Amino acid sequence: MIEIENVRKSFGQLEVLKGINLTVKKGEVVTVIGGSGSGKSTLLTCINGLESIAAGKVVIDGTDVHAKTTDLNKLRQKVGIVFQQWNAFPHLTVLENVMLAPRKVLGMSKQKAEEMAVKQLTHVGLAEKLSVYPNRMSGGQQQRMAIARALAMSPEYMLFDEVTSALDPMLVGEVLDTLRMLASEGMTMICVTHEMKFAREVSDRVAFFHQGIMAEIAQPEQLFDAPEHAETKKFLAATH
Amino acid sequence: MFNTALSWSDLVFLAHGAGMTLTVTAVSVAAGTVLGVLFGVIRFQLGPYWAIPLTFVLDIFRSVPLLIQLVLGNALQSIMKLGWPPFTTSCVVLSLYTAAYCTEIVRGGIDSVPMNTRRAARSLGMTWFQDMRYIVAPLAIRVSLPSWIGLTLGVMKDSALVLWLGLIELLRASQILVTRLQEPLFILLICGAIYFIISLPIARLGGYLEKRWSPND
Amino acid sequence: MFHYTFHWNQALKALPQMLDGALVTLQIALLSMIIGMAIAIVLTLFRLSGSRLLGGFATAWVEVARNTPALFQIYMAHFGLGNFGIHLSPFIALLVGIAFNNAGYLAENFRGALKAIPETQARAGRSLGMTSLQAFRMIVLPQMLRVAFLPVTNQMVWAILMTSLGVTVGMNTDLTGITQELNARSFRTFEFFAIAAVIYYVIAKVVTLAARAFASRMFRY
Repeated sequence: MIEIENVRKSFGQLEVLKGINLTVKKGEVVTVIGGSGSGKSTLLTCINGLESIAAGKVVIDGTDVHAKTTDLNKLRQKVGIVFQQWNAFPHLTVLENVMLAPRKVLGMSKQKAEEMAVKQLTHVGLAEKLSVYPNRMSGGQQQRMAIARALAMSPEYMLFDEVTSALDPMLVGEVLDTLRMLASEGMTMICVTHEMKFAREVSDRVAFFHQGIMAEIAQPEQLFDAPEHAETKKFLAATH
Repeated sequence: MFNTALSWSDLVFLAHGAGMTLTVTAVSVAAGTVLGVLFGVIRFQLGPYWAIPLTFVLDIFRSVPLLIQLVLGNALQSIMKLGWPPFTTSCVVLSLYTAAYCTEIVRGGIDSVPMNTRRAARSLGMTWFQDMRYIVAPLAIRVSLPSWIGLTLGVMKDSALVLWLGLIELLRASQILVTRLQEPLFILLICGAIYFIISLPIARLGGYLEKRWSPND
Repeated sequence: MFHYTFHWNQALKALPQMLDGALVTLQIALLSMIIGMAIAIVLTLFRLSGSRLLGGFATAWVEVARNTPALFQIYMAHFGLGNFGIHLSPFIALLVGIAFNNAGYLAENFRGALKAIPETQARAGRSLGMTSLQAFRMIVLPQMLRVAFLPVTNQMVWAILMTSLGVTVGMNTDLTGITQELNARSFRTFEFFAIAAVIYYVIAKVVTLAARAFASRMFRY
């Protein structure tokens, strides 16, 4: 369970998160929508401790992420994240990209790590690209590789930060399909996205962020068809 | 604080040396740039394949120590009975050396102008020369300028080697003072400081132009 | 055309001697690169350390190496250290001067290479649970090596060319030094130095091509 309590975060003068409260239960899929600068991406990096927070608390399965005593490296093995820019490691093949962390961080044997990597890459449909270098692949393929790379750590939670925003429109579908598959398998996920149709389909709940505040959170039918907050209505009208 | 035998006239002597460094550099960079632009345009127009002979010859100037080039240049002018003084020989060799580097900078600059921009110019009815003059040159100069400034500073430093042909430039002047006064560190520090003082304005100018001409300006 | 007879035979007879000199040249260049690289790594760490003293020291080193002639740096090693009662042999003075120069230029290259690797790469590693040291060693460093490889190769060629400056401080065992001695005995300046030029050219090309072949095998992405 991920518990976010009154989290505040500023970059210099700008307060990007103004007290966020959100609890995500095991197996739940929560999508976060909102305009740019609404703080939704920052929230994800605060959840896995890549960013520090000014106030509040993030607790994952009883562990306070931002406590000084927390072993963040340990915690991050449990919480996978995939970014908008897929950040493939260009000097490693697809297989090596996925094998690296299981071997070096989890200490798996080469053989086991390879088994795991092949399994995850097959899962995302890249079984034929094992020995290819990332820059020989399309953005969609690289993004799916990044997902496999995170999954190879057997995380219990996955965070997706606008994973389709940097892709050509034609390649968005294949990545969303991968996310749908994960959701249907029961992975606990928080997805920041601009894909409204996708959000409606996969989410248990959809949260709308506006200027650092979670303005509204509800089941997808409720939020998309009968939004309560004025800003949500405005946003949905503009994006449809 | 310092107990030095260095006199005012010695400083004037060093200044003369610095003047010689600057003169040799200015002449060589000017001549080398003219040649470099010429070769660079030829190199670009011919394409990598037909330009091989030119590229090969210019590459020699970049792969053989400058000191050897100076000695060879001097030997050659004496064989050909040209009767050049060391100053002329030094400037000729350094100019060719500069041209070899400048050619690559110019070619890179022209290369950086997108083909479509040039097609646009030509489809407005501009001639090859007009395209070069009004479209390619302004864009290419912006791209090449930082490297060209770097080259100028490099030639200024490399010009120290002309001392081998007997020219008394800054480093040779310092060496003469070192031998006479036996205060090597102090005099060499002054010499190094003068090199810095000469470099700084050129480097600053480069930085300033680069900033002013940056694309998001 | 010219009233001058070229005496190539006499010069070619000295070829074995000159090739011996070429070996010394290579030896100095290689040694100066090894020392220079080691120092450059230390200077880069100094600059990253955040300490003003160490950072300032490294910056000063880099600035002096890049803004004064290589010959000046060799003179400093040869004459300048005399002030402290240190008298280096031409070989050592040349080596120290070139290594000093290499370290400055390489440190600047390393910094550029470090900047060339986007911060998101280390971030991606961290988010997979790697420690910052692991992320640096397994993700940033290998990519840095690729970016820095070409400049390092260029510096090696520069180091070879710089060894020719040894003759000005009395070096007489490297290629230029030996050529100059032969020249002083025979006055066949053009012939001897032309052969030396060819040898330098060949060495420079072999180093460049070998490095390129090595890089294409090493960095296959």
